[in-house]
Amino acid sequence: MTTRTILVVDDSAVMRKLIAAALAEGDYQVLLAADGAAAMLHARTAAVDLVLTDWNMPAMGGHQLIRELRQLENHAETPILVLTTEASDAEKAGARAAGASGWLRKPIEPATLLEVVASMVAD
Amino acid sequence: MDITEFYQTFFEEADELLAEMEQLLLGLDMDAPDSEHLNAIFRAAHSIKGGAATFGFVALTDTTHLLENLLDRARHQEIRLRKEMIDAFLETKDVLQEQISAYRAGAEPDPDMVARICAVLQQLAQEESAGAKPAAPAPVAVAAAVPAPAAAAAGNAQLRVRFSRISESDRKLLSAELENLGTVAAQTQSEDSLTLWLETSCEADDIIAVCCFIIDIDQIDITQEAATPALPAAEPLPVEPPEPAPAKVVAITAATAPPKVAAAATVAAAPAAAKESSSIRVDVEKVDQIINLVGELVITQSMLAQTAATLDPVLHERLLNGMGQLERNARDLQESVMSIRMMQMDYVFSRFPRLVRDLTDKLGKQVQLVTFGKATELDKSLIERIIDPLTHLVRNSLDHGIEQPEQRIAAGKDPVGELLLSAQHQGGNIVIEVSDDGAGLNREKIVAKAIQQGMAISDTISDDEVWQLIFAPGFSTAEKITDVSGRGVGMDVVKRNIQEMGGHVEIASRQGNGTTTKIVLPLTLAILDGMSVKVGNEVYILPLNYVIESLQPRAEDIHSVSNEEQVLHVRGEYLPLTELHRVFSVADARTDPTQGIVVILHGEGKRFALLVDQLVGQHQVVVKNLETNYRKVAGISAATILGDGSVALIVDVAALQRAGREKAPLLAAA
Repeated sequence: MTTRTILVVDDSAVMRKLIAAALAEGDYQVLLAADGAAAMLHARTAAVDLVLTDWNMPAMGGHQLIRELRQLENHAETPILVLTTEASDAEKAGARAAGASGWLRKPIEPATLLEVVASMVAD
Repeated sequence: MDITEFYQTFFEEADELLAEMEQLLLGLDMDAPDSEHLNAIFRAAHSIKGGAATFGFVALTDTTHLLENLLDRARHQEIRLRKEMIDAFLETKDVLQEQISAYRAGAEPDPDMVARICAVLQQLAQEESAGAKPAAPAPVAVAAAVPAPAAAAAGNAQLRVRFSRISESDRKLLSAELENLGTVAAQTQSEDSLTLWLETSCEADDIIAVCCFIIDIDQIDITQEAATPALPAAEPLPVEPPEPAPAKVVAITAATAPPKVAAAATVAAAPAAAKESSSIRVDVEKVDQIINLVGELVITQSMLAQTAATLDPVLHERLLNGMGQLERNARDLQESVMSIRMMQMDYVFSRFPRLVRDLTDKLGKQVQLVTFGKATELDKSLIERIIDPLTHLVRNSLDHGIEQPEQRIAAGKDPVGELLLSAQHQGGNIVIEVSDDGAGLNREKIVAKAIQQGMAISDTISDDEVWQLIFAPGFSTAEKITDVSGRGVGMDVVKRNIQEMGGHVEIASRQGNGTTTKIVLPLTLAILDGMSVKVGNEVYILPLNYVIESLQPRAEDIHSVSNEEQVLHVRGEYLPLTELHRVFSVADARTDPTQGIVVILHGEGKRFALLVDQLVGQHQVVVKNLETNYRKVAGISAATILGDGSVALIVDVAALQRAGREKAPLLAAA
């Protein structure tokens, strides 16, 4: 299995660090972005196998980011997981409507994160 | 993975978010709130909550959860903002700050405080739900509310439940069913399948039993995952992939985001790949050491310059050119080093919007705060020491200066008072003003109070001199003692603090038209432009910003007022004459004023003449604290080392002025 690349998008530095550290337990290449614009730059220029994105972000929120990602030819099918704090139904429905492949509840359990990510990039 | 190593980042981020939240809350227009601002406030609470939950900071999670809920409803216009609400939000912000401080110190936050603020927020939420008129928020001691969703599932097994070949409507039903059975940690779906990670105490069979009502048993696949470890996480169990290898982390800075966000993105990179940030933290002591060394360099340079000045310019042209270059370089170096210590006044001004808001509420007044010159830079040591005096002046203006709205309307003024804070450079000084459009100082009241306190007051005392009276220790004309600005102990402290910083305070006021307090400070304490003067064999330095002019007096201009007192007639004005040799008991000095030189100085709005033997020159001198190197000497503010290596004392002009003025009441009484 080749090394998979995961793009992590969160405006919180703590969250980015934590997720990167959790993913460090697996064999992944991790790309970090503090906002939607940086995430789009990554998505256009690097081969990204999975996107983990926060929902509530300034400027470009998770909703808009997913829509824009889905319009990119190379990311029409890329798994996108939304990180939501309370996993509110409205957010989950919004994420699905925008084209997300699923969601992960914050606080993130490193083991769960690794399992979910692994299941998404395995095939 | 040790979660505690991320604490520091979280605390710093939370501090920033709270500061941003406060600023946005203060700027919020309650009638027409900017939705972007509301979103940003919500996001701040949301982000703090997310971090707090991750780190298992339960009290912080609970408090931010309640705050976030209210903010969420506010941003969706489900509730209308009221002033009490903003007050409660601001109070919550303070409590959150304290909670973070507690966690930072490795302690748990005070549970009573948490319970109290949670009760306030719940009360607000209930009032809004009921649509009832707000009652006074009752400080009910509700046991720390709201279960932390994070902690709920600790110890439970985690199941991976996979449904295949299901329809969209079944997907919804199934995910709803599973949420009833436990906590769904994650959920993913592909075209016709749905996978949920469920933390639950139920057995796999129980789940199958429930789901069988919706789909067939062969569409369900349940596997047991690792048990959920309690937070803070110990070593997680990497189920797959089997061979853990360090992730290759690549950082990218935000592409089109503002610089602040870009910086944040840089910080985000894992330690190994972290990019250099554009600023560094340095111990102030190190900077001060450099400043000191540069000071010594400047001294050496001026020493060389003095020697070189005696050389033949034709024979030593190259040396003298080099000297000129050295002087320019030394000066540039000094300026750049000094600029390291400079901070923007915004550091001080930014704390006042909150103070003004809280105080005006308390006092029932309406005040608009205007700040000007936030980018003006001031030495770090001065900027820290100016906060207290400035806070005092702002409190005074709000408490005693600006009137109640009714009084203002009666006086034909706008009911909303204005408080202006400004900072600007003037020459080698920075001038900070606190100005209000309130009632102004009351001359009669101050004079009456001064007489009552046993001060000798002349009938012809000028307004400026009356205003100076309020700087006397223990002086207060406040009609009632308030807990806002107290008993007027303070203006003397304000003045003393400012003087210790090498500055002075001036007051301008017109009854009914407000008061302006002006603080004049040197830009830095480390270097001073001075005029060196000789008295006997001693050299003294006079700070150049006090010096107006120097002249050789004629005998007919000097008049004796008494045995001790002399005045000098300068262009129609009589100035008290102080003899420097007498102040410091210098032997072999010129005692006949017509044989010496008189320097006209101004301190605290008054002018006086100082007799010295001769002027030596102007220098930039490095100020050496006399108290730390020797002891405090009356009339001397500091010392410096001259180009020839000898020590010269820097005269405390304000102290000389005061010493002269203490005799003034005797004159007035005579």
